Amino acid sequence: MSTSSIGFGGVAASLVLVAAAVALCRRDRLGLERSIAWATCRAFVQLVAIGGALGLVLADGAPPVLSWLWVAAMVVVGAATVAGRAREVPGLFVLAAVALGTAVAASLLVIFGLGIFPLGPRTIVPAAGMLLGNAIAATVLAARRTVAEIREHRAQIEVRLSLGQTGPESVRPHVGEALRTAIGPQVEQTKIVGIIALPGTMTGLLLAGVDPLDAVLLQTAVMFLILGSVAITSVVVGRGVARRLLTADHRLVLPAPA
Amino acid sequence: MLDVRRRHRPVSVPVAPPAHDVDSPELFAFDDVVVERGGRRVLVIDHAAIPHVRSTAIIGPSGSGKSTLLRLCNRLEAPTSGTVRYVGEDLARMDPVALRRRVAMVFQQPVALDGTVADNLRQGAPAITAWDVEAALVRVGLPADLGDRPADDLSGGERQRLGLARSLLTDPAVVLLDEATSALDPTNAARIEQLVAGLTDRDVHAIWVTHDLDQLRRVADRGIVVVAGRVVQHGPVAQVLDAPIPAVRAFLDGELP
Repeated sequence: MSTSSIGFGGVAASLVLVAAAVALCRRDRLGLERSIAWATCRAFVQLVAIGGALGLVLADGAPPVLSWLWVAAMVVVGAATVAGRAREVPGLFVLAAVALGTAVAASLLVIFGLGIFPLGPRTIVPAAGMLLGNAIAATVLAARRTVAEIREHRAQIEVRLSLGQTGPESVRPHVGEALRTAIGPQVEQTKIVGIIALPGTMTGLLLAGVDPLDAVLLQTAVMFLILGSVAITSVVVGRGVARRLLTADHRLVLPAPA
Repeated sequence: MLDVRRRHRPVSVPVAPPAHDVDSPELFAFDDVVVERGGRRVLVIDHAAIPHVRSTAIIGPSGSGKSTLLRLCNRLEAPTSGTVRYVGEDLARMDPVALRRRVAMVFQQPVALDGTVADNLRQGAPAITAWDVEAALVRVGLPADLGDRPADDLSGGERQRLGLARSLLTDPAVVLLDEATSALDPTNAARIEQLVAGLTDRDVHAIWVTHDLDQLRRVADRGIVVVAGRVVQHGPVAQVLDAPIPAVRAFLDGELP
């Protein structure tokens, strides 16, 4: 059996561990078995559906524009996800779409402009998907923590405003704290890569039989791009959210909690 | 040390005339002011004014709109409609950053910003020297050598005095005090009152928000009574206390919270 093609049988075999986890949860009455089963089924259906759609996009002779439309759709869905997780922030969808779109565009420019990957449907979609997946998680965190930090420190912010600081100056320490929380996990992950866990891209390549050094180099490039895009989107969204909580005349206007 | 790179901005707001100059325009004037929050009207004022007296107190029951009225004065709050004027100038047309350096605010809860006591003072005046820090602390009765202490270590009373010192470094013409002594013990509350009395002696106007009638008698020349989001009476403190209209009588008699 090729390591790069495990078939549905391989997937079924991998369920053994999930079944064991469900059994363990049921025995200890943790109430998690339904969540685990639902997540497993949902992931399988989603990925098979996506795989089918990707088959059309990546098919020989498929127009390249389909790949770019796919990336655009990922940005829109990603922005909707971010906006949905921090509903109290007005105008977050547009802000997140701009931040994610900019980060993906910049990353793809680096990837293809500097020749890290050859330009083509088989590289555009997976690269954008990987970057967006990480950026969305950090962006959601950046948006939510920015609102929470500003809400928690309203008194300090109004003291600074009353001392004649501008709106952006008055929230800066709290936006910084929110962004450290959002970007921190990616920074930590980058620090410990290879020591504690082998990252996904590298693992996939090793399983597919690629030379370890090639796998490491590719993983490193991917990791740097992810770190950059996570940081850029988080900063853009964190600062943008803070601006939306401030008026042009430097007042703090907190939305009602969602 | 905190990263405070902001520079002093030129103050482009009117300078309030001294407290004794009662012939000049009103210190603050409110015309057709409505403040809505969450679709609810929390303050409605057809016309009210805070004159050029040394000290004015805004009194009224809890939730009546006293703090909202005070926050309109340095534009931490903006009216949904209507006009607020400072020495005749429409606040909506003024630079709010410069305005707030002339119209300072001391809040109910003593707030220590991050860093040391000196870092806190630099938030009000980034360019101050170590000597300025000592002078600012002594001015509010704090030890001159407190500058290097983490601000978080201060007691509530010390923090409130630090807050006052921080606000005074912007050289304000008006100090707004939003229940500034209600979180303090009587000794520290008396200290704040004495400090503010010292400021009004030097032509700084004080506008207190309080629900404490004894404090009203001690600190204010004039009273403005706000009940259920409306200014129902204003005038010299003696007049407000001795000849209250029925709505104010209910408040003075403790029938309103």
